[in-house]
Amino acid sequence: MPIRFEHVSHTYSAGTPYEYKALKDVNLEIEEGKITAVIGMTGSGKSTLVQHLNALLLPEEGKIEILDRTITAGEKPKNLKSLRGDVGLVFQFPEYQLFEETVIKDVAFGPKNFGVPESEAVERAKKALAMVGLEPDKFERSPLELSGGQKRRVAIAGILAMDPKVLVLDEPTAGLDPLGTVSMMSLFSKLNREMHKTILIVTHDMEQVFKYCDRVVVVENGSIRAHMSVAHFFSDSSFCKEMNILPPSLIRMKDLLREAGFEIDDRIHDIDGLASSVARQVKQHG
Amino acid sequence: MKMIEVKNLTFSYDDTKTTIDDISFSVEEGSYTTIVGHNGSGKSTVAKLLAGLLEKKSGEIYLGGLELTAANLTKIRSLIGIVFQNPDNQFIGSTVRDDIAFGLENHCVPQPEMDEIINTNAARVKMTKYLDHEPTRLSGGQKQRVAIAGVLAMKPKILIFDEATSMLDPQGKDEIKKVIRKLHEESSLTILSITHDIDEVAQSDHVIALNKGKIAMSGTPHEVFTNEKRLKEIQLDIPFALKFRNALARKGVKTDAHITMEGLVKELCRSDSNM
Repeated sequence: MPIRFEHVSHTYSAGTPYEYKALKDVNLEIEEGKITAVIGMTGSGKSTLVQHLNALLLPEEGKIEILDRTITAGEKPKNLKSLRGDVGLVFQFPEYQLFEETVIKDVAFGPKNFGVPESEAVERAKKALAMVGLEPDKFERSPLELSGGQKRRVAIAGILAMDPKVLVLDEPTAGLDPLGTVSMMSLFSKLNREMHKTILIVTHDMEQVFKYCDRVVVVENGSIRAHMSVAHFFSDSSFCKEMNILPPSLIRMKDLLREAGFEIDDRIHDIDGLASSVARQVKQHG
Repeated sequence: MKMIEVKNLTFSYDDTKTTIDDISFSVEEGSYTTIVGHNGSGKSTVAKLLAGLLEKKSGEIYLGGLELTAANLTKIRSLIGIVFQNPDNQFIGSTVRDDIAFGLENHCVPQPEMDEIINTNAARVKMTKYLDHEPTRLSGGQKQRVAIAGVLAMKPKILIFDEATSMLDPQGKDEIKKVIRKLHEESSLTILSITHDIDEVAQSDHVIALNKGKIAMSGTPHEVFTNEKRLKEIQLDIPFALKFRNALARKGVKTDAHITMEGLVKELCRSDSNM
């Protein structure tokens, strides 16, 4: 069953001089079992949108259907605790939220808080830490002693230990180095493929959207500007240009080659295909 | 003249691991150097050692010809300005103007002179319109520009950017890269920038690649970022232009190594017309 937004609106500080309409009549259907990228400029409403998924923010108007539950505007949400167990939300820079004395305690905190017995919580924490690739010798260390990238992985393990069905990540790779980014994105890809998690990723990085995601949702001024397959979105750079987004390298390369007079098929989606096409044309002219 | 000279510098946070392992390098006055390396390679530690924020274990650091010692730390620090990674962690003033003024006030600069310095430096980072705004309500890129103006107001000779763009959105990253490029073109500032961004590296004069606390590579952006084998060894990303060149070579089209896509396409066009 898909996740469905119907006429959802959200206003911050309603009735004050700071009133700000962050979401305006959003209608959206997100497929289960896919990786969906949520993109848009800073301040467009991306984070506001995804924070509705576990009822951290409640709709002012409209309703949201997610995992057999309905969150309706003006109604007190039911079964909130179980929803939050099923929809794991990782904020931007989650490493700032680590607080326990040791890594293992920090990761086990979530499941324990949801009533999982101590020993099982620790087992789950170990499993989650293994998934994010943190070495066991760090489990008893203070999370504050770790590097930025390691802290980030601990924070994400804290959510994975809850074993959510839907995983929502708000800029999970911001500030990581290229290698850290690849290992993080590969992890999400694996969680999707092998454990069939539905994943939503808020990101500015088009290389990630292009390489790892199935669907893309474009948020603009609190509305859904576009929702389509990644392949369609990047068939050429026109969508990106319209939305002032730097396209992925491959698409930029295709553009530069076209401008230089090469004929490049829209359907080319990998570096080898592009190289074949260019090589053929260079040789023909020879 | 060598603006920065580092000789056999060694540092460790604790006894178990040497974070900076006997490195030596120098940076010419007015040049723009980028430092690259994966997380934990020691990049930020080098910046902190240069600014005297960490104490070296052994070795020598000279800035503007002056050796960095406890005795002349204040003098050395007046030569250096640092812009850090997190735009939210470096604000003091309640308005942009107050924030830029902070360092000047500490140095008891007279009011009229102070106003002029604030205006000049706000203009250099294109923030004149925002002088009376609250820093907290600015975008990430604008915040970093204010931080740069605040540092420039102190008239440093050396400007260090410690991953100043990594927490920004694409637009913010772009703004800061442009400001850095402009500062390099229009002033004699010596710029040292720690970054992961290949486009920023491409606009610098010189690159130092760190790995496990040692200098793994050093040279022009072209020299460093076309050395594919070594880049892989030290876990750095290969530029897309180079990946594409390799893919072309596999299809029988040989080109020079380029680090920018524009460079590669230009060559392809040339070879196309020459053939």
